[in-house]
Amino acid sequence: MKTSKNNQIETKALNVSFLSNAVLKDITIQIPARQLTAIIGPSGCGKTTLLKSFNRLLEIQDDVKIRGEIIVDGINIMSGGLNVPDIRKKMGLISQKPYPLPMSIFENVAYGLRIHHDKNAKELSEAVQQCLQEVGLWNEVKDRLHDPASRLSVGQQQRLCLARAIAVQPEIILCDEPTSALDPLAAQQIEKLLLKLKKEFTVILVTHTLRQAKRVADYVIFLYFGMVIEQGPADEFFNHPKNPETKAYLDGEIS
Amino acid sequence: MLASVFIVMGSLILIVTVIVLNGAPSLSFEILTQTSGGGFYLGAGGGFLNAIVGSLLLALPATGLAFVIGIIIALYLQKDFLKPGFANFVRLCLDILWGVPSVVYGVFCLTIMIAIGMTGGSLLFGVIALTLLEIPIITRSIDESIKMIPLGLKESAYSLGSTKFETAMKVVRKQAMPGIIAGVLLGFGRGIGDAASILLTVGDSNYFPTSLTDQTAALPTMILNLVSMPDQVVQNKAYAVAFVLLVIVLLISMVTRYLTKKSSKHIIK
Repeated sequence: MKTSKNNQIETKALNVSFLSNAVLKDITIQIPARQLTAIIGPSGCGKTTLLKSFNRLLEIQDDVKIRGEIIVDGINIMSGGLNVPDIRKKMGLISQKPYPLPMSIFENVAYGLRIHHDKNAKELSEAVQQCLQEVGLWNEVKDRLHDPASRLSVGQQQRLCLARAIAVQPEIILCDEPTSALDPLAAQQIEKLLLKLKKEFTVILVTHTLRQAKRVADYVIFLYFGMVIEQGPADEFFNHPKNPETKAYLDGEIS
Repeated sequence: MLASVFIVMGSLILIVTVIVLNGAPSLSFEILTQTSGGGFYLGAGGGFLNAIVGSLLLALPATGLAFVIGIIIALYLQKDFLKPGFANFVRLCLDILWGVPSVVYGVFCLTIMIAIGMTGGSLLFGVIALTLLEIPIITRSIDESIKMIPLGLKESAYSLGSTKFETAMKVVRKQAMPGIIAGVLLGFGRGIGDAASILLTVGDSNYFPTSLTDQTAALPTMILNLVSMPDQVVQNKAYAVAFVLLVIVLLISMVTRYLTKKSSKHIIK
């Protein structure tokens, strides 16, 4: 079972339930490589759950049942015998509220490099600098690399999380409403970064602001009550929605 | 509100005052630097350095052992490793053990000592009794501080491709550090001050213990021995011993505060 070349992630009949509560029902989607895919929908429709199923992060929660196939680069990651940390390493995660690791700014970025690669001190500090430069944080933190990461502002922390994620050289970046806790300026910075990063990575952005999706998305997946209502290229999706529920959502009639 | 502060502060001040007033006259350089020798309990000279050393030799190894065992249990109790139902059963057992009176641990160790034919007490079984006493305290404190760690932080670590072990040792441990330190020193404080568990297991001695099978003096048991003497002068020495014990416990809580603050530097709130 191979995915077509342009699709990095596919799901087939994915069902997720917590206890006996079905959160995702029969999700079958394709996510194109090196594009920015937005997953939109009202709160509680299962966006985050879908996102966290891609890197098998759902499993660390209690009472969760997952059925169906999630195919990443042609491999069904739900099949047994796979090394879960290797799957997760392929995908960086940016969460709603940034969670820096309880270490210094430098160590946050170095963490992934230390656990996956054998780098000497010089290579390590070069790599850290490069990642921080990529997210535009280097100039702000270069004089206090060994300060606790918790002292950064929330917007800086979010960019640090991004730097930390790209340090392990993932192929995909999963973003769970990464701008919802930020002020408008910091949010704008993150948005710009995501647009820049989609050239190198497949970016999947969960968002509940329609306007954000319109601004940045190349491909859109609309979830409603745990089901995929419509998916397609952003142009088509926003300008010529096929489904009446999509239309209603875009017009602000349902939320 | 004010009344409760007054009650807490008042009783602390009262206890310290009584101990200091009664103990200070008996305190001297001699009493702190000599072993109890022959006549200490009879009003002659000598000191209780052997009890200070004995107490430290009991409480330090016991705390070390209880910490090693406790942190392994506490890390393993997290749901990344153990099913929550079973983990909660283990927590219940630990809570019951926490509530077990320390004299019961003493009797338990005494039973073993009799079974293997050891008589008169030993440092080793004192350490074992204190370790048993401290394990539930240290384990549950560490466990609670790990449970408080936000899911998002663990998700961060996992999403970078950390294994469960790496997450536990590099991220969870760092975030839980203040709680771990507090738990260990809580255990140590309880261990060094407990009389009942060592009363039946360490015996008594007027000299420093030189091996694990030696009997030893300890501060709490020495207080008991001193107050049960008929002579007022000897009884007053008990306050001096109590004073030293109090100072040790006070030092521990100051060290705890310092270390907790230091290790909180990187904590994510």
